[in-house]
Amino acid sequence: MEQGRIRNFSIIAHIDHGKSTLADRILEVTEAVSAREMRDQLLDSMELERERGITIKAQAVRVSWKGHELNLIDTPGHVDFTYEVSRSLQACEGALLVVDAAQGIEAQTLANAYLAIENGLEIVPVVNKIDLPAADPDGTSVEVADLLGDDPTRVLRISAKTGIGVGDVLDAIVERVPPPAGDSAAPARALVFDSSYDQYRGVVAFVRMVDGSFSTREGLRTMATGTRFDAEELGYFSPTMTPVETLSAGEVGYVITGLKDVSLLRVGDTLTSVKQPASEPLPGYKDVKPMVFAGLFPTDSDEYPELRDALERLKLNDAALFYEPETSNALGFGFRCGFLGLLHMEIVRERLEREFDLDLLVTAPNVAYRVKEKNDVDFIEVHNPAEFPREVEEVEEPYVAASIIVPKEYVGAVMELNNERRGTFEKLEYLSPERVHLTYELPLAEIVLDYYDQLKSRTRGYASFDYDLAGFKLGNLVRVDVLVATEPVDALSLIVHRDFAYDRGRLLVEKLREEIPRQMFDVAIQAAIGARVIARETVKAKRKDVLAKCYGGDISRKRKLIENQKKGKKRMKQVGAVEVPQEAFLAVLNIGQGQKS
Amino acid sequence: MSAGVGSTEPVLSRAGAGARHLYVHLPFCAHRCGYCDFVTVVGRGGQHAAYVDALLRELELERASLADQVETIFLGGGTPTFTALPELLRLLEALPPAEDVTVEANPETVTPELAAALRSAGVTRVSLGAQTFKPELLQVLERVGGPDDVRRAVHHLRDAGFDNISLDLIYGIPGQSAADLDADLDGALALEPEHLSCYELEAKPGTRFTHAWGAELERQAEALEDYFERVVDRLTGAGYRWYETANFCRTDASGRDLRARHNLAYWLGRDYLGLGIGAVSTIEGLRLRNTPGLARYLGALAAGQLPEREVECLDEDVRARERVMLGLRLDEPLLVDGLRSALDPAGLERAEGLGLAVESNGSLTLTRRGRFLGGGVTAEILA
Repeated sequence: MEQGRIRNFSIIAHIDHGKSTLADRILEVTEAVSAREMRDQLLDSMELERERGITIKAQAVRVSWKGHELNLIDTPGHVDFTYEVSRSLQACEGALLVVDAAQGIEAQTLANAYLAIENGLEIVPVVNKIDLPAADPDGTSVEVADLLGDDPTRVLRISAKTGIGVGDVLDAIVERVPPPAGDSAAPARALVFDSSYDQYRGVVAFVRMVDGSFSTREGLRTMATGTRFDAEELGYFSPTMTPVETLSAGEVGYVITGLKDVSLLRVGDTLTSVKQPASEPLPGYKDVKPMVFAGLFPTDSDEYPELRDALERLKLNDAALFYEPETSNALGFGFRCGFLGLLHMEIVRERLEREFDLDLLVTAPNVAYRVKEKNDVDFIEVHNPAEFPREVEEVEEPYVAASIIVPKEYVGAVMELNNERRGTFEKLEYLSPERVHLTYELPLAEIVLDYYDQLKSRTRGYASFDYDLAGFKLGNLVRVDVLVATEPVDALSLIVHRDFAYDRGRLLVEKLREEIPRQMFDVAIQAAIGARVIARETVKAKRKDVLAKCYGGDISRKRKLIENQKKGKKRMKQVGAVEVPQEAFLAVLNIGQGQKS
Repeated sequence: MSAGVGSTEPVLSRAGAGARHLYVHLPFCAHRCGYCDFVTVVGRGGQHAAYVDALLRELELERASLADQVETIFLGGGTPTFTALPELLRLLEALPPAEDVTVEANPETVTPELAAALRSAGVTRVSLGAQTFKPELLQVLERVGGPDDVRRAVHHLRDAGFDNISLDLIYGIPGQSAADLDADLDGALALEPEHLSCYELEAKPGTRFTHAWGAELERQAEALEDYFERVVDRLTGAGYRWYETANFCRTDASGRDLRARHNLAYWLGRDYLGLGIGAVSTIEGLRLRNTPGLARYLGALAAGQLPEREVECLDEDVRARERVMLGLRLDEPLLVDGLRSALDPAGLERAEGLGLAVESNGSLTLTRRGRFLGGGVTAEILA
């Protein structure tokens, strides 16, 4: 296909605003799939995505429309994957901005729309769900046009569900989105905007050819990580895999690499030819760093090897997942895992439990800290409160730029929440007479636990929220340790702002007193900063624990009772002489941030 | 270990020494008490004779499982003394002779005639279900008799010449105060029994009693916590030996061992043969439980067959574990030789560290506090 007849675009939309439905309808209208073959939400291939209404892994589908080749590049729909979204957008020249006619613009739409504008994309605004009774196509069109500085009459009005206006959308893509501009004669450069792992074929790279072309079996190289491989197969999705001999400038497709490790081929990297390499990679490659960390431990310590294998397999498909072995004195052998954000953590955890049938204990998440110890010059990065030095010269913690859109009557509630979470107000703007866009700077640590839940409950579910990492800043942070019967329990240590240390410590020991069953001796539970105890509770010793009677007729039953008691003990984690149930380690998750909840 | 059903073969057809302890279950009761979860049958006066026939038939079929010389016989229930007296006596007469023959009795069933008849039929020991001396609490337990029945029964038994009487007490009854418990202990001690069994009331899941009183017991749980200590303190203070978790005996000036000999056989892991519905036998690594169904039991034996039985094979490991579990209920040291595989060294070390158990010279003993926490300590120590 000549370059001038190619259009590459993606769809930007908030969850439930109709991205997947529109994608399905486009496939149907362009006859890429027959109605009979049509399966709802075709692009969302993973079960988990379907349930959560989100898309984790981008794919690209090629369709034909009036003599043009249209490549629809799917983008992940959540804040944790901002970087992946930006790479997908970089592979396009245009984007459909889809907004629900009843809901209006949401924080996430805004974030991704700005991302698209920054990437220089032509934005085609679309108001969806105009057939709904609660729809306000006029109002929403004005809101969207204002955002883009566009004319409201250029906003397309459609119903992806019924198919109204979908043909107009395709026409608008052909008319408004420019064709790709790459140089087909230059040394080959292709942007890797996503990858996935197939157990038979290895890593599959999703690429946008920018310059030159690739041929099947050609030797290729990644420019940032330097990985070399032969292109075993080139092709595109239509929506099934369709092999081709060459991929040329402007086209979107896949490369089967035969690589066995997804980390060898990072999203954002540039692929070039070994024989005739490009001199400069494409701009924008970042090594994404996990910011949220948690310990993952098998509930049954015998399952450690299974957990290791499962993480290895997940990592094949998820380059952003980080893990390293961790040994906890309380929880035994497990892994400290790093995630892009909370949703990413939730997804990994659910996949481990569901797809690998593992029973996991996940410790409270924490963020990455940069710590300078006394008499040291360099900062070190700490991912685990248990490794946080007790004597620190300086600590820095990650901050986020948070964007919250909310009906105006909830502005007060949001401000109150953000103040409690050490937020700094930056900006307030009216999107419409009713809706307000608030911008705050917040420590990431303050949003990893229950911020989103709190935000939703205090705004009756109306608030939408997005954030972007905004670098590290100095913080007045201390490490609070928990001691059970004078033994420090590493898995319960937390890093907290000095002002909240007392409240959090007290709530935590109270919670633990409820969770730790009575033992054969008194158990003191203490929270301490260094050697200074800031809170204390006691679990009183049991005074009796016997089977009342045991005669010839019930020896078997009594033996089983004792054996079950033994099994129960084995399920508990041993902290010194104290048996601590697994649930107790989640106590730290349930104490909120030390304020009202 | 495996459990199966359907063995109708005699336990012992091979050449073993045979069990020296015999249990006979007499399930008949006037009334089923709410807290009871034993195999019992209410009324059925017409079936007592048939039942005794069946017992004797079963004994005959299992005779090879018994040793030539039987040491102890225990008639439990149910209410053995509720069985029609002629039938009870016919049974006692047909049983092999033994050094210790104990019969369980409800106080209100003990008349001077019954006491004398039991005595002359060779019964050496009677275990009376007193439970409590407070009428309101007896009502909670749905016991038929009153406190005076207990006193009368003891006198009748003494008059008939019994010099080995045991009283059962239950504590932790809904509504029972600490003072009530003290009064019960005083009431029992005043009767100078040779032996006392004191059980905390178990509200077993599914019983009518738990349905009625479960919530009340939960509320009382904290207050009841020191009742066990109270019982032990009071009885050991009165000179009784706390020889098993729930059992106490007088230390006789004549040097007589007044522990319950039959039950001691269970706690020492000896073999025993059980006859009757729901009765359990443990012989040479096999544990068999007779069908609890009266009709099925009677039917099988009327046809000259052994009743249906659940079979459990006790391998070396299970037997060792049971020896530890049962042995640690006793006040005498448990010889650990041969039981090592059943012990968890780390758990044992923790228990010792907490002052709950002591191991020395190849024997294991629980400390006083260890005995109050005996269940938990055993779970700790067992491999």
